[in-house]
Amino acid sequence: MNRAATEILLIRAGALAASLVLFGGFVALAGADPLDVFYQMYRGSFGTSFSVQNTLLRAAPLMLTALCTAIPARLGLMMIGGEGALVIGGLAAIAAGLGCASSMPPLVVTTVMAIVGFCIGGGWVALSGAMRAYRGVNETISSLLLNYIAIALLNHFVEGPMRDPTSLNKPSTRAIPAEDMLQSIPGLEVHWGLVFGVVACIVAHVLMMRSVFGFGAAIAGGNLRAGMLCGLPVRRMMIIASFLGGGAAGLAGMAEVAAVHGRANASLVTGYGYTGILVSFMARHEPLAIIPVALLFGGIGASNGLLQRVDNLPDATVSVLQGILFVVILASETLYGRFAFFRPREERVVVRPVADATPEVT
Amino acid sequence: MKLQVRRRAGVVSVMSSVVLAALAIVGAIGCKNQDSAAPAGPAGSASGSAPADQTLTVGFVYVGPKDDYGYNQAHHEGALVVAKLPGVKIREEENVPETDAVQKTMESMISLDGSKLLFPTSFGYFDPHILVEAKKFPDVTFFHCGGLYDATKHPANVGSYFGYIDEAQYVSGIVAGMTTKTNKLGFIAAKPIPQVLRNINAFTLGARSVNPKATTAVVFTGDWSMPSKEADATNSLADQGVDVITMHVDSPKIIVEQAEKRGIFVTGYHASQAALAPKGYLTGAEWNWGQVYTQYVTAMKTGKPFDSVAHLLRGGFKEGFIKMSPYGAAVSADAKTKADAAKAALTDGSLVIFKGPLSDNAGKQIIAPGASLVQTDVSLEKMAYLVEGVKGSIP
Repeated sequence: MNRAATEILLIRAGALAASLVLFGGFVALAGADPLDVFYQMYRGSFGTSFSVQNTLLRAAPLMLTALCTAIPARLGLMMIGGEGALVIGGLAAIAAGLGCASSMPPLVVTTVMAIVGFCIGGGWVALSGAMRAYRGVNETISSLLLNYIAIALLNHFVEGPMRDPTSLNKPSTRAIPAEDMLQSIPGLEVHWGLVFGVVACIVAHVLMMRSVFGFGAAIAGGNLRAGMLCGLPVRRMMIIASFLGGGAAGLAGMAEVAAVHGRANASLVTGYGYTGILVSFMARHEPLAIIPVALLFGGIGASNGLLQRVDNLPDATVSVLQGILFVVILASETLYGRFAFFRPREERVVVRPVADATPEVT
Repeated sequence: MKLQVRRRAGVVSVMSSVVLAALAIVGAIGCKNQDSAAPAGPAGSASGSAPADQTLTVGFVYVGPKDDYGYNQAHHEGALVVAKLPGVKIREEENVPETDAVQKTMESMISLDGSKLLFPTSFGYFDPHILVEAKKFPDVTFFHCGGLYDATKHPANVGSYFGYIDEAQYVSGIVAGMTTKTNKLGFIAAKPIPQVLRNINAFTLGARSVNPKATTAVVFTGDWSMPSKEADATNSLADQGVDVITMHVDSPKIIVEQAEKRGIFVTGYHASQAALAPKGYLTGAEWNWGQVYTQYVTAMKTGKPFDSVAHLLRGGFKEGFIKMSPYGAAVSADAKTKADAAKAALTDGSLVIFKGPLSDNAGKQIIAPGASLVQTDVSLEKMAYLVEGVKGSIP
């Protein structure tokens, strides 16, 4: 492993350790024993097979919703519409699932639901991308507002046209038959949404880091005008990136309705989309880094229960930890290049005459 | 240089994610065999204090904060009553969404805490979450708040309970009807579902039983927890001259505080909000879960809970499922007398809230003269109308 890579690994590990020390101080102030808190967190997140599965299950939707921010971010877009894409994708998926459940084999039903969820979720966020590309509407604001519209649409459909008349006090759509539900991964009690998440992150990595499209996106993201002068179809790329990001979040919604609820109702709105934004930022919008960061967040979520039940800490404790992690990791970004040890040997020897003459280092 | 660092960052990410994912999967598969043994081990070692023979661990799951002055606090207060029983230890978890997260919370309470009895208290926890877990853990008992149990479809280790809290709203309505000067009452409601409509109607019928000129303006916010909309609704009702407000939302806190600021009266819901409005709080419709939970835990101690309690348990004043907040300073002696009389009549069954002749607020007859729908009548569970005297419509 070369020195630059070691630098990244060590600084991130250091940031993690520093966050835990700060968090330990915080729980000590709250009257709990930090060591016991850390032990419970380990037990709740990775300590038993049940805990590991709990972590994986919570990480799965976050991987997909994080991509909704991460992919457009390569083009310099700041999309926060994951929640809306998840909700509208889930709603569309259940509509498609109900439409074809009785006439087709389960695998086909699942595939149709996934495709519809992906396309509708993608189209939802692509609206934001298109408004930005053609009308200059700020995509952060428009994608945020689209979240509220999506939730309002969900409520309208489950309480109105798509309502199962027998769902009296919790308005819901009809349920898809049990055999059409998305099953668990063999050997685990985690549904296939986890595989969707991991595969989507890998595909997004290849697309954004290893393809011509990704290279063009990085150029346009670095300098929009330069990208346009190069003849890149920047507008179309913005819409495509938004579509792909929204599609990932829509797929998360499909997994929620197809694997967990079996129907669509207000329980679909739980904030996975917003947590995904945090995950994407902590992963520096790198699709592959989303996987471990999502696992970290999943683990924190999984340990939440034990902290409440055993250490009698309030539910907000894990939000504090997430906040500390977020701030410390972002702050640690400023440390890169500050430690002489990590610089390649030749650079340390060479006396740099002027600041902008950065030597080309390999 | 920057580009290259980025590339390396990618490489490191690949490596770290592969390592983490591998660890996670190895962990999951490696420990799979211990699944059956796991529950006993960690539960014993973690608490250290549990001599597993007699102590019953009871888990409570809440959908919101347990100090929300509302739905969740009412259950939390019930849990605190249970915690005082001998040989009972409670474990609580708040802010658990109605997703697979609640399934994992239940499993965690079972396998890591050793809970044998669970109270997942949110209505939306039942289907599919409690049903999934109940099938998976047949030796654990689940009691759910909502009254959804159906013996033909649901596992035998599940019970469901709910209260006829519209009786308490009827009594609140009497106090409101006696207190109002403008004859305008307000009701801030979350969703137009049968339970909510039943409360609006009962409140209005109570008010009009003592003050036929009273009307109730209803505002639907659209969701269970919408603090800013609830505050707006309180203000707009106060602006229209409404001088007594009540509600059916998850946490009445913001409405009660806002009403107090506006100098109008309020009757509470779910739990007591008297502390938030010392001047304007008249009374409130409260759950009395402590009584119900004590009954359940006592039955559980016998080892065969469903021998002494039914799978489906419902009740009002008579069964002790609900109670009224103590009257506030602004309630007149006359109002107290009338409210207490109605409460007594509801308790002994001589008063029926929904009886004919009754019309909805569009003038259509709902219940024919002479007919009466007692609390257990199933048609009340499908209520889809607002009675005469309610201003507003079902969205």
